[in-house]
Amino acid sequence: MPKDKTPEGNDVPVIELRNIDKTFRSGKTDVFAVRNVSLSVPDGEIFGIIGFSGAGKSTLVRCINLLERPTSGQVVVDGVDLTTLSAKQLRAARKNIGMIFQQFNLLSQRTVAHNVRFPLETSGVPRAQADERVRELLQLVDLSDKADVYPAQLSGGQKQRVAIARALACNPKIILCDEATSALDPLTTHSILDLLKRLNEQLGVTIVVITHEMRVVEQICDRVAVMDAGQVVEEGRVRDVFLRPQSETARRLIDPAYQAGSRVSLPPNTLRLAFTGEESGAPVISDLTVQCDAMVSIMSANTENIGGKPFGQMLIEMPPDAASQARICAYLDKRGIFYEKNDASEGGGRMPKQAASTLPAQMPASDASDACDAPQNDVPAIGKE
Amino acid sequence: MSPEMIDLLIVGVWETLYMVFASTIIAYVLGIPLGVTLYVTDANGICPNRAVNVVVGVAVNILRSIPFLILLVMILPMTRLIVGTTIGSTATIVPLVVAAAPYVARMVESSLKEIDPGVVEAARAMGLSVWQMIAKVFLPEAKPSLLVGAVISLATVLGYSAMAGFVGGGGLGAIAVNYGYYRYQFDAMLATVILLVIIVQIIQEGGLALVRKADKRLR
Repeated sequence: MPKDKTPEGNDVPVIELRNIDKTFRSGKTDVFAVRNVSLSVPDGEIFGIIGFSGAGKSTLVRCINLLERPTSGQVVVDGVDLTTLSAKQLRAARKNIGMIFQQFNLLSQRTVAHNVRFPLETSGVPRAQADERVRELLQLVDLSDKADVYPAQLSGGQKQRVAIARALACNPKIILCDEATSALDPLTTHSILDLLKRLNEQLGVTIVVITHEMRVVEQICDRVAVMDAGQVVEEGRVRDVFLRPQSETARRLIDPAYQAGSRVSLPPNTLRLAFTGEESGAPVISDLTVQCDAMVSIMSANTENIGGKPFGQMLIEMPPDAASQARICAYLDKRGIFYEKNDASEGGGRMPKQAASTLPAQMPASDASDACDAPQNDVPAIGKE
Repeated sequence: MSPEMIDLLIVGVWETLYMVFASTIIAYVLGIPLGVTLYVTDANGICPNRAVNVVVGVAVNILRSIPFLILLVMILPMTRLIVGTTIGSTATIVPLVVAAAPYVARMVESSLKEIDPGVVEAARAMGLSVWQMIAKVFLPEAKPSLLVGAVISLATVLGYSAMAGFVGGGGLGAIAVNYGYYRYQFDAMLATVILLVIIVQIIQEGGLALVRKADKRLR
C-alpha cells in the first residue's frame, strides 16, 4: 500500500470535525472542555494537536472515535458522520480507527501475541488467518521474539510497540495517539515516533498525535493545531507555526526557556534562532562571531541533528551596540536562518544593558549533537556577570 | 476419643467440604451475573442503567443484611420445596446459596472495579460489544482478583455451614452442636474446631498459591 501523496489524494479529508463542542457538567456549572473546534485532516497526513495540560486535546481526540460524544457538532470520518450511527454501526466504524494511549492499556492477562490478536478475535477473523497477521504485525514493530511473554515483562517502549501492533491489526485508516510518548524516556520516544512515521509512510495510515511536547510535533507531524482552553488558537504547517508562532500559547510551547521550566526574564537584545533542517550544516555561531566581529552568548539551546541537518532553536544575546546587532542580523539573513528579536517590552528586559559576555560562544549548531539518539542538548544560560 | 467419633468426624469433614464447595459454586453461578450487572449498569459503567442497578443493588443489600441463622430458619419452606427435606447436608446448600450469592455478587463487583479504566477505554475504542467486553476483557482481566474473592467466599461459607448444625444441617457444625454442645463432649467440640481451622488454612493458602500462578502481572 504505497502512500498516496498526490495533491488530489491529499484534498480528501479522512477526518473532519465540524463545530465540535463538548461540555461536562461539574456540579452546577458546565465546564467547556472543547469549544467550537473545526479541523480537517487529509488522508495520509500526520496531524499534531498540541497544548498544555487541560487544554482539551485529549477530549478532542476522543471525539474522533466518539469515546466522548460531542455535545454538538459533527464528526465525519471517511465520509460518514459518526454521530448519526447506531451503536452497532459505531462499533464497526471504530474498528477502522486504531488508538494508542499514554499508559499503553494492554490486557495484562494476555501474552503479547494474544494482545495483538485481540481485535482480530473480536472481529471474527478465523484463527489461522489471525495468527498469520499477528506474526506480520510483530515483525513490523520488531517484537517477534516477545510473542509469548506477558506485558508485565516488557519495557515501556516495548509495551507501546505492542499497543501499536494491536492498533494496526484490523488495518485501520486512522491511528489516534493520545500522549503516546509522554510516559517514555527521550530515547524511547524517538524510536516510537520513528516507528509511527515509518508506518505512516509504508501503510499510508493517517495519524493524529496529541502531545504537550513541541519536539514530538517537530519530529513527525506535517501539520499542527495548537489548543488552549478548549479552542484551536492556531493551525498550520509545523514549519510555519514553529518559525512564526502567531498565538501566545504556541510561543510558550516553542520557547525553550519556558520548556526548561523556568520562565527567565530575557534581557533585551536577545534573538531566537530557529533551525528547521533546511539550513546548511556549517557551524553558525562560531562563524557568526568571526564574521561579524561580535561576541554573543548562548542563553539556551535546544537543537538536534536529524539526518545531518540542524533542527531546533537557540536563544542568543547580542552585544548592545546597534552596529554589531545590524551585522549579526545581516549575517543571519545571508545564511537564511530564521530569527526573531525578543521584544523588550513584552515580559523580559528588566536587566540593565551590559556588555556582552567575554566568553565566546562555542556551539556550532550543526555539530552540537551528531547522533539522533542524543535528543536534546539543553545549554543553560552562560556567561553572565 | 472413641473410634465411632473418629468415623463421625471423617464423614463430617466430607459433608462439610461437599456443602461448602457445592454452595459456593452455585453461589458463583448466580453471583457472577449479578456482580457483572452491578458493574456494567453503574453510572460509570459501559451501559449505565440506574433502574436495574438500584433494583439489583437493593435486593443484594436486603439479603446481605439478614443474619444467616435467621435466614436459615426463614427459608425452611423454600428449602423443603427444592430439596424435599430440611435436614442434612444437601438441605443446607439452599440457605448457604441464598446467603452467599449476594455476598459473591459484591465480591465480583469489587473485583471488576479494580480493572484499569484505561483497558476498558481501549476495548471500547476497538469496537467491542458489551458481551465481548464482559467475556473477553472484564472477566479475564479480573481473574486473579476474582480468584482471591472465591477463596475468601469459601472460608465465609465454611463459617456459615457450621451454623447450620443448629437446625439439622450436616457436617462438622452438626457434630460440634450435637456432641460438643448438647452432650458436653468437649473433645468432640475441640476436634471439629481444629478440623475447621485446618480446612480454612488449606483453602486460603492453596487458593492464594493458585492466584499467584494465575496472575500474569506478577513476574
